[in-house]
Amino acid sequence: MHLHKFEKIWLVFGIGSLVLFMVILGYGAFWKGTHPQSHGQIIDPNNVEAYDAFKPENLGVNKVDEKRYVINVVASAFNYDLGTDKDGNAVKTIRIPKGSNVLFQVTSPDVVHGFNIAGTNVNMMIEPGYVSKMETVLNNPGEYTIVCNEYCGVGHHLMFGTLEVYE
Amino acid sequence: MALAKAETSSTQEIGAYPIHDKSKKLYMSFMYVTFISLLIGGLMGLLQTFVRSGKLSLPWGIGYYQILTVHGVILALVMTTFFIIGFQFSLMEKSVGMSDKQRKWGWVSFWVMLIGTIITATTILLGKASVLYTFYAPLKGHPAFYIGLALVIIGSWIAAFVNWHQIAVWKKKHPGEKTPLPAFMVAINMIMWFIASLGVAVAVLVQFIPWSLGYASTINVLLSRTLFWYFGHPLVYFWLLPAYMTWYVIIPKIIGGKIFSDALARMSFVLLLFFSIPVGFHHQLTEPGIHPTWKFIQVALTMMVVIPTLMTAFSMFATFEITGRKKGGKGVFGWMKKLPWGDVRFLAPFLGMVGFIPGGAGGIINASHQLNMVVHNTIWVTGHFHLTVATVVLLTFFGVTYWLVPHLKGRKLTPQLNKLGIIQSIIWSVGMLIMSTSMHIQGLKGGPRRSEFSEYGGTAQAQEWIGYQVAQAVGGTILFVAILLMLYIFVKMAFFAPKGETEYPIAQEEPDAEPTPAWFENWKMWVGITVALILFAYSIPVFDMIQYSPPGSPPFSWPIGN
Amino acid sequence: MVSETNKNLGDKNEPDLRGTFASVMFVLAFIVISWFGVLGIFLSR
Repeated sequence: MHLHKFEKIWLVFGIGSLVLFMVILGYGAFWKGTHPQSHGQIIDPNNVEAYDAFKPENLGVNKVDEKRYVINVVASAFNYDLGTDKDGNAVKTIRIPKGSNVLFQVTSPDVVHGFNIAGTNVNMMIEPGYVSKMETVLNNPGEYTIVCNEYCGVGHHLMFGTLEVYE
Repeated sequence: MALAKAETSSTQEIGAYPIHDKSKKLYMSFMYVTFISLLIGGLMGLLQTFVRSGKLSLPWGIGYYQILTVHGVILALVMTTFFIIGFQFSLMEKSVGMSDKQRKWGWVSFWVMLIGTIITATTILLGKASVLYTFYAPLKGHPAFYIGLALVIIGSWIAAFVNWHQIAVWKKKHPGEKTPLPAFMVAINMIMWFIASLGVAVAVLVQFIPWSLGYASTINVLLSRTLFWYFGHPLVYFWLLPAYMTWYVIIPKIIGGKIFSDALARMSFVLLLFFSIPVGFHHQLTEPGIHPTWKFIQVALTMMVVIPTLMTAFSMFATFEITGRKKGGKGVFGWMKKLPWGDVRFLAPFLGMVGFIPGGAGGIINASHQLNMVVHNTIWVTGHFHLTVATVVLLTFFGVTYWLVPHLKGRKLTPQLNKLGIIQSIIWSVGMLIMSTSMHIQGLKGGPRRSEFSEYGGTAQAQEWIGYQVAQAVGGTILFVAILLMLYIFVKMAFFAPKGETEYPIAQEEPDAEPTPAWFENWKMWVGITVALILFAYSIPVFDMIQYSPPGSPPFSWPIGN
Repeated sequence: MVSETNKNLGDKNEPDLRGTFASVMFVLAFIVISWFGVLGIFLSR
């Protein structure tokens, strides 16, 4: 099988670029730990409260240390349960100081959902039976929309929350 | 498998067989379903962009997600499959012939697919299966939805068996000869389609149908999604390969040239067969329950599937350059002026190829492991596949339609229709440029796909998204105008254009072309390597998701309004 | 460039594909720039 001289050069550059991409991705993933969310913890979707993080009192923002937070969320059609405030009202906006290290833990008791903090790299699928988990540092102040970005039914577009990163 | 000769003859005439009159009706039947689907699906797309712009509410209790399901199923699954099977049958008959019995089975495949389509479409239109075309468990549609889909797939398998039988019969009559290039390509595409659709068939027959009928109480959600995407990625190559067939064997004839390299064309198809299936995890990169190392391995395999496309890009430009130079093109780019820009049979697929530059670049980004978190399930992805399937593939299919329909109906593509076709191609490209670009940008800003109009609690981000959604409605409107124009041209070509002979353009090899190595005919090896790659990429992670599975999910039908 | 053309014309199996080469390299440049663009967005978030 004959290859034109230019085609050989082209394939060297083309395949070389793909290899370069893989090296950069591999370095980020395996050395820097920036794999996409792949948590393997399983959970009974019919009884998510059996898992500590998803007990009603643990939902929403939990401060574990200076600038270290854990945010637990139950995503169900068509709501993100971010816990309740002092008056017993459902929390819709969570506030985190800039530069904090935040661990998100999210699960679903019903269908598949998405959990995307728009404008950040926090973007995970939420599936019944699994805990989706992702740690990130929120460095850029601003108001971010938390959107369900996997179709979950007729109220899918009404499933949202807000995250505020303040100075 | 040993062949008598080390190398096969290269003096073979490709496309020597005439298309029988009885076959023409069959192939046109596939085309009618294609273009009716285009109208219905396109109308749904138009309505979606209007709803998302915030300017329209659907009347009569029609749901946004219902029309979104119609749009996805009717365009991504029905329109594409009917066109592809019909077009491939025609390529097969031209290059290896078709017997009466094979034609009868061709009709069986058509009717099984059509009945499946009608069952599925009716279920969606009654609002009983607003589960979108990916039908992710544990959302539960009406069982008829899944049964209809299974029939569409079974119908396409019948077509695959007919295609392979056509080659087997031909080869018996032509021992030692290489399979004609178009037939080789069709066979590869159908092998890929068959192996891939086994995954979705298992999901539908073993998981979804018993579960939706109540015989199984729960479903393994992650396994069902994995089986879907084991099928879902090769599905996009099943759309793309007929476009490649057109580029490799039809376009050279239209521009007055020869096939650039028979062996390289076969090589790229074989590589596409190998690497288009064991890559489904790149659609599941942000999912729990799959080890990231296996995701990364499938990302690497995804990069491998880019290589045959790099080869194809070179072959296409080379075909154009060699032909343009023969016609007197000078300098580095002078040959471009010699291409038949005024011939819609060339222009439409060419614009499709141009769309593949951003389409392919976007695809590499989507599959890039952690970079997927920037774009996953944002409307960027929608913008991406509207470039690939709705531009690259569809404009190429339109390009085929301009000669295939007149050929089958014994009519002529008049200069006036050719001109309308050129206008159609340009309108389509402009509409898609506007719609797809705004989708890409909105996606990078986090705007979600598959969502009805929403202000998301009034955040500034969501306000910004709406501006892009208005732009998408503008693009969508232009695209719908192009669809209406295409339908007008189709009806004209099928029923009103003047009678006459229209050529079925199939290019030949250069008389002094290098012979194609005989090992390309080693089908057992191609299938063996394909299966080995699939087993490598999927065995351990699938074993894990069965072994360490959470309690299964019961069906949920209330979230979709049932 | 001229000498290259002549060399290509000298070998009947090696057609002049300078335009093809320039075109595919342009395509590759587009791919690489887009990819690094999104990598930049990923790293900045």
